[in-house]
Amino acid sequence: MINWLLQTVSVTRFSLQTLPERKGSALSSVFGIAGVVAVLVGVLSIAQGIRLMVQNSADPDNAIVMRSGSDSEMMSGLGGTQAEVITDAPGIARDAEGALASPELFVIINLPKRSTGTDANVPLRGVSRPAFKVRSNLEVVQGRPFEWGLAELVVGAGAAREFAGLDLGSSIEVGGEQWPIVGIFEAGGGIAEGEIWADAAVVQSAYRRGNSYQSVYTKLASSGSFTEFKDSLTADPRLNVKVERAADFYSDQSTVLRGIIVGLGSLIAALMGLGAMFGALNTMYTAVSARTREIATLRALGFKSGPVVVSVLFESLLLALVGGLIGGGLAYLAFDGFRAATINFQSFSQIAFAFDVNATLLKNGIVYALLIGLVGGLFPAIRAARLPVATALRES
Amino acid sequence: MSGSNGLLVDLKNVDKVFKRGAEEIHVLGGLDLEIPEGEFLALMGPSGSGKSTLLNLIGGLDRPSAGSVTVGGQRIDKLSDRKLASWRARHVGLVFQFYNLLPVLNASRNVELPLLLTHLSAKKRREHVDTVMSVVGLSHRMKHYPRQLSGGEQQRVGIARAIVTDPTLLLCDEPTGDLDRKSGDEVLELLQTLNREQDKTIVMVTHDPHAAARASRTVYLDKGQLSLEPVE
Ligand SMILES: Nc1ncnc2c1ncn2[C@@H]1O[C@H](COP(=O)(O)OP(=O)(O)OP(=O)(O)O)[C@@H](O)[C@H]1O
Ligand SMILES: [Mg+2]
Repeated sequence: MINWLLQTVSVTRFSLQTLPERKGSALSSVFGIAGVVAVLVGVLSIAQGIRLMVQNSADPDNAIVMRSGSDSEMMSGLGGTQAEVITDAPGIARDAEGALASPELFVIINLPKRSTGTDANVPLRGVSRPAFKVRSNLEVVQGRPFEWGLAELVVGAGAAREFAGLDLGSSIEVGGEQWPIVGIFEAGGGIAEGEIWADAAVVQSAYRRGNSYQSVYTKLASSGSFTEFKDSLTADPRLNVKVERAADFYSDQSTVLRGIIVGLGSLIAALMGLGAMFGALNTMYTAVSARTREIATLRALGFKSGPVVVSVLFESLLLALVGGLIGGGLAYLAFDGFRAATINFQSFSQIAFAFDVNATLLKNGIVYALLIGLVGGLFPAIRAARLPVATALRES
Repeated sequence: MSGSNGLLVDLKNVDKVFKRGAEEIHVLGGLDLEIPEGEFLALMGPSGSGKSTLLNLIGGLDRPSAGSVTVGGQRIDKLSDRKLASWRARHVGLVFQFYNLLPVLNASRNVELPLLLTHLSAKKRREHVDTVMSVVGLSHRMKHYPRQLSGGEQQRVGIARAIVTDPTLLLCDEPTGDLDRKSGDEVLELLQTLNREQDKTIVMVTHDPHAAARASRTVYLDKGQLSLEPVE
């Protein structure tokens, strides 16, 4: 056993020492694998970034109420009296100023993107006073909050980055009038950061919406109060609403998008991976045939094929590991924190998010690289082991 | 190591057929060969007559298509690949025409290779390497890499590697085939010494009658059979 180990270590060392002679093919296999891993990690980091944004968009004790049958706030509608009934429901957290429930309005405005200058949809959300208490992670980081009753705007940091004209101190047209931007807010990277906020009452009159809303955002007394809250609303004959945890709502909204990205990303990575695998296969076949004489000599001297197989596999895995590390590193440097906006498929509004390259993705990328290396090394290793010694000696 | 009859190598009625696609190449047919322990046998014959093939059979690098190969009283044609590998490591030393040294290892590392298959400690291994390197007269070339050595020196390293495990049987396939006369003579001198002073049984394939003259006996291979006279 010790002996076998010693043989394996020696044979592996000899073969690695011959690597410099095979620089070209070894490097091409390393970079092939690095490319695959970079693309895989890069694409998956998009999905991961979106997931992170969605997770940061809601506290576990946030719930959202919309008209039943609506998949998005755009499609929903709630009258003023209905909104009041919802606000009074049991299970909602309350403080001295009343229930932490914010009836809200959701309209879409068009603004040019900073990057391309083309128009895109931006959500403008009219909120009620409790809105800032309902979303605990929301914070005005520049300027000040809008004044209640005035036509003023605060802009999410993501939206401000993404769209032209959303600068502190400038103004944009809303419902035919110029509204000044008085503040920029952050929301932990969540969906709200891609929105523009104003007083719901002012937005209602600007868009002639009377006293109607589209949704009510609430903070529950506790995460466990959800069932009580939901049951009381769905049982109420005055209402026809659906109640969801905000986290579920956002997550549902982004599943299609994430699915498409993960699906496409995996497909691309699989195809590229196949290419890289043939690259690795070729590299290791070349390595084995370049070393046919040495391998045959070792085996003629009495070395068993096990150590030879292991040494070929080890080299292939080592090259793959180096490729995986380079690819993961590139992806990390190029993509981590990279800001992007994408279309939310349900509201067709822009949502801003950052790519997120995390440890799990890097680990998966490297595992994928090793898999490519393993498969790429396996057949050449078997060939090296199977080749009859006498024949192999003649080949050289 | 020899069998009860004093024979170290005993081939009986050996056939060797190679298949190349649909074509069958009959290289050896009904060949018998007896080599007593301590002999220095030269094996001659035209190119393609099957000398290397025969040497491979004796050394357990290949198996006959029919017949028996007995070395040291053991039927090696019946051994599995794994067993055969261990058997080679213990009982035969191989010397190749093109030396077959590993270019990435220096001379002493090359010589140490077969010892990695034994249970010897690193210290013991070094002692053995030192001994055989002085036997082949290359104590001053231990740290040289193959490319830094002349052909004759490389072949002597090859011989050192072949004898480092102290095998009974040395199989040399045209050991001087790639050397000039002077280096070739040195190598032959060395083989002769090993045969006389260390009782190594040697089988040497050669095209050179001058080399064969060093051996205690010469056999000629032609048309799959051995004879004592060269065939015109
Ligand atoms: N592994 C093999 N597969 C197919 N044919 C083989 C194989 N080994 C040997 N042969 C054939 O067997 C015949 C004998 O080959 P071998 O190498 O034993 O000849 P040789 O006497 O050593 O020749 P040389 O003097 O040129 O070295 C040749 O025709 C060769 O092509
Ligand atoms: Mg030959």
